[in-house]
Amino acid sequence: MKFIRIKDCYKVYKNGVAAIAGLTLDIDKGEFVFVIGASGSGKSTLIKMLYREEKPTKGIVEIGGINVSKLRNRTVYKLRRKLGIVFQDFKLLPKLTVYENVAFALECIGMKGSEIRPKVLKALEHVGLKDKTRSFPNELSGGEQQRVCIARAIVNEPKLLICDEPTGNLDPNTSKEIMSVLDAINKDLGTTIIMATHDKEIVNRMKKRVIVLDSGVLLQDHMKGSFKISETV
Amino acid sequence: MKPFRIICRSFRDSFKSVLRNFSLSMASIICTTITLILVALAIIVTVNVNHMTKVLEEELTIVAYVEKDATSEEVEEIKNKIARIPEIKEVIYKSKDEWRLEMMNSSETLKDTLDYLEGNPLLDSFIVTVDDDEYLAPVAKEIRDIDNISSADYGEGMVEKIISVFNIIKNATFVIVIALIIVTAFLISNTIKLTIFSRRSEIEIMRLVGSSNTSIKLPFVIEGFLLGLVGALVPVILTIYGYMLAYEKLGGSISFAVIELVKPVPFVLYTSLLLLIIGSVVGMFGSARAVRKYLKI
Repeated sequence: MKFIRIKDCYKVYKNGVAAIAGLTLDIDKGEFVFVIGASGSGKSTLIKMLYREEKPTKGIVEIGGINVSKLRNRTVYKLRRKLGIVFQDFKLLPKLTVYENVAFALECIGMKGSEIRPKVLKALEHVGLKDKTRSFPNELSGGEQQRVCIARAIVNEPKLLICDEPTGNLDPNTSKEIMSVLDAINKDLGTTIIMATHDKEIVNRMKKRVIVLDSGVLLQDHMKGSFKISETV
Repeated sequence: MKPFRIICRSFRDSFKSVLRNFSLSMASIICTTITLILVALAIIVTVNVNHMTKVLEEELTIVAYVEKDATSEEVEEIKNKIARIPEIKEVIYKSKDEWRLEMMNSSETLKDTLDYLEGNPLLDSFIVTVDDDEYLAPVAKEIRDIDNISSADYGEGMVEKIISVFNIIKNATFVIVIALIIVTAFLISNTIKLTIFSRRSEIEIMRLVGSSNTSIKLPFVIEGFLLGLVGALVPVILTIYGYMLAYEKLGGSISFAVIELVKPVPFVLYTSLLLLIIGSVVGMFGSARAVRKYLKI
């Protein structure tokens, strides 16, 4: 059984814009998948449907056997506890330290204090920020802030990591660092990663599976390593 | 244990939030305090007015005097006729000799006067109580229509006026209190609204990392509860000490002995409890409104 199954999926917004039109897609456990496409191609909508911020108008979105589209609003949290989400704008709390920001994710779901500490330190070690636990977000560089965001996303050991343009605000060198962190998470922890991006340079270099969307339709699906920058639309 | 941890966390967050938005929290607390002081006054006035009305009403009786020359059979017949009136609670016969004795016992002057007079100039009578004070007038009229009754009177006019004034006071305080409670609920709701806005990013992250809706909403409801509860503290203290002092100074009664104040214990305790309940419920209600309106999750 596929880990993520999207079948005949449509998303039409209230204003009549069709963001996703008949998308069918399967993703295996442990895969690293890039989702690329121009602005308005439906990347963000697809990502949002995966963490059930948006509901498909029609069709099936299934993650680990859970039909995400059928989840009620008040049970969405059960899905979110199995996911990690990384954002372009980091979404860190400025008044909390690095450690507290990561621990916050576990406190929110009612985890015991004694369980939180080792998990947070482990997650910060993964992203290489173990020595910055007491820093505040405004004392960190953009790349470091994004690493805190990644640590927060993986601290609960999710099976799926969803990244919405995580390098969008970063310079090329920092982007590389972030990508190596994500790659290590994918390889070491076996976490499935889906990443929406504009950065074709990264996509080309990483040699992973690439899904190209255009106007909400699956334009190309390149298996691992077969994508070339010249092929982009 | 998990729900317990979430509740503890919610309390911690609510306390933090009250301190973080200190000036706004203070505004809500002060408004709640002022409202609840007025509510306390209203409760004290209403309960005492009710008490006084009851005391007055209990004293309301119709005294029906029998004609001087009525025979004992006729008196018996009058008694039967009065007893047949459906609104009657009790009929007590009081002979002119009993009246005489009572009057002679009550004052020396009266005793001398009555001794001086030949025979007993007083009249036999019936003391009639009715089920409700509104029956006083019709029952008195009915008794007057019975043969051999010389007169049937009760505290006409004065008593009714006092009771109607009391009723106006009761209704007016009730309306004022309700209006104030609504204003307080709105103010607390507004405070919570601002808290929600100031914690927007936190709420967003909570949603994304998988906090349940209840654990997101709970701190705000608790914050409203705390604002209401803290706002009730000063009114509670004022009620307890203020009422006890007033009771002591007034000696338990106002202007004349008939109208007496309700005893402070357990009245102030019940009132304090009620104030705490009103404060916290209004606080929670106000914050629930804000959460429903502004916290879209």
